[in-house]
Amino acid sequence: MENTTKIAISNLNCHIGNKLVLDDINVNIPERKLTVILGPSGCGKTTLLKSMNRLTDLYPEVKIDGSIVFDNEDILHPRTEIPQLRKRMGLLSQQPYPLPMSIYKNITYGLRIGGRQQKATLNGRVEQYLRQVSLWDEVKDRLHDPASALSIGQQQRLCLARGLAVDPEIILADEPTSALDPVSSKEIEELFLKLKNRYTIVVVTHILRQARRIADYIIFMYLGKIIEHGPAAEFFENPKNEMAKAYIQGLYN
Amino acid sequence: MKKKLKYIEEYFFRGIMFASTLFIMIILLTLIGSILIKGLPALSWEMITQTPKGGFYFGKEGGVLNAIVGSLYLSLGATALALVISLPLSLFINVHLAGTKWLVNSIRFLLDLLWGIPSIVYGAFGFTIMMYFGMRTSLLAGIITVTLFIIPIMVRSMDEVLKTAPRGLLEASLSLGSTKSETAYFILARQCITGIITAILLAFGRAIGDAASVLFTAGYTDYLPGSITDPVATLPLSIFFQLSSPIPEVQQRAYGSAVLLTFIILLISVLTRYFSYRYKKQSVKQL
Repeated sequence: MENTTKIAISNLNCHIGNKLVLDDINVNIPERKLTVILGPSGCGKTTLLKSMNRLTDLYPEVKIDGSIVFDNEDILHPRTEIPQLRKRMGLLSQQPYPLPMSIYKNITYGLRIGGRQQKATLNGRVEQYLRQVSLWDEVKDRLHDPASALSIGQQQRLCLARGLAVDPEIILADEPTSALDPVSSKEIEELFLKLKNRYTIVVVTHILRQARRIADYIIFMYLGKIIEHGPAAEFFENPKNEMAKAYIQGLYN
Repeated sequence: MKKKLKYIEEYFFRGIMFASTLFIMIILLTLIGSILIKGLPALSWEMITQTPKGGFYFGKEGGVLNAIVGSLYLSLGATALALVISLPLSLFINVHLAGTKWLVNSIRFLLDLLWGIPSIVYGAFGFTIMMYFGMRTSLLAGIITVTLFIIPIMVRSMDEVLKTAPRGLLEASLSLGSTKSETAYFILARQCITGIITAILLAFGRAIGDAASVLFTAGYTDYLPGSITDPVATLPLSIFFQLSSPIPEVQQRAYGSAVLLTFIILLISVLTRYFSYRYKKQSVKQL
């Protein structure tokens, strides 16, 4: 089974100050698959993830070179329209950050800054995306309550729905379950499994068991380098690298 | 033996803390009490609805409406004008410049310097500008001077709140495809609304309470301003002029004016807090 490449990363180096945090990254992210970037804390997973939608731009001390080709365009090119690019990649962060407004407006915010404003369309979208993350039944009677009143797990699902509402092609998730309880974590994982047929999903995690549960494709990183990457089944059953083997056996956790 | 020393130490320092708290409470109560005792008898309907009449400064009829209206015009005008400059500036340094630390820190340092300059210096500066343009003492000149004087206060107070906003919230908003400016105005300002209102309030309090910056620029008059080029009276100066009078009735009215000034600040403070409460619930709490 041959996968189409959604994002092709080549010769990517990243420095923070004088420290090399990403060292010659060459990897392809397959389309409509769930790719897990696995590795211990501080190995550059998050930096790699955030360089894909150029959130790294917010930190001038971060210097990146190389190329990240997304649909035949090098997104590291200075003329890339960054808001447009980011819209195509939803982000789910470690801790849910609902926007300081109502549940309803959290979903419509992305649409409204994008220009679509028909009231009926918005209502439909809100229901559609809240259903997609299985949140609709829990919140349908209090759509105009502040989003901050939801539980953390609900907030994270709201953040996912909010990201889906702007019609991205890719979902980037940075340790999306690390602040959640086991039940909420499971809900998020199940949503990912449901969504991966329609979206390309990239999840950063250091949790081995989570990677086993959800990954189609694994990128294993250690100290800024990609140690091994490949289909998940292959990686877990027959890791080629000693370090990867040790990680899988739990020696690093 | 050692243990006993520890107890004495504890009592000693606790005593000091308690004494300082008590001291400041007593000062505060005495201050408010003395203004109320001296000022309340002087307050009357006439005091707040009339401008000074012929014999006002000899203790005869009239009120300080000129100063109340002047102070409100001046400080509301200056606060509004300062807000128009301060909100964009503080959002700009916290969103657009956020990564460029040396620049943000230099701007903060400059603002802190400006904050430290005494208001009489702003008054003198405003006066120089007026002279240059050939303006007379007027509401406009007063507003401009007070605006300059409260901008650093407003910007730095907003800045202190904005910089505590979680970075992840900015990233979340940017990831939805909003630009930095959309993020600043729609998300960050909203997240920090209570702090922003407090900053506005603080600046307003400084604007309405300051005498030195308006002394040369807004002037003083017994009449209500007809336009922004007319001089205006202000409550602090009204207190000053009445208090310098040798006549006891006039002095008592000075305390009456002080009560009014305190009351206006208190009223606006309570009102704004009430309205900002609504928005506070929407803000993201950090884990």
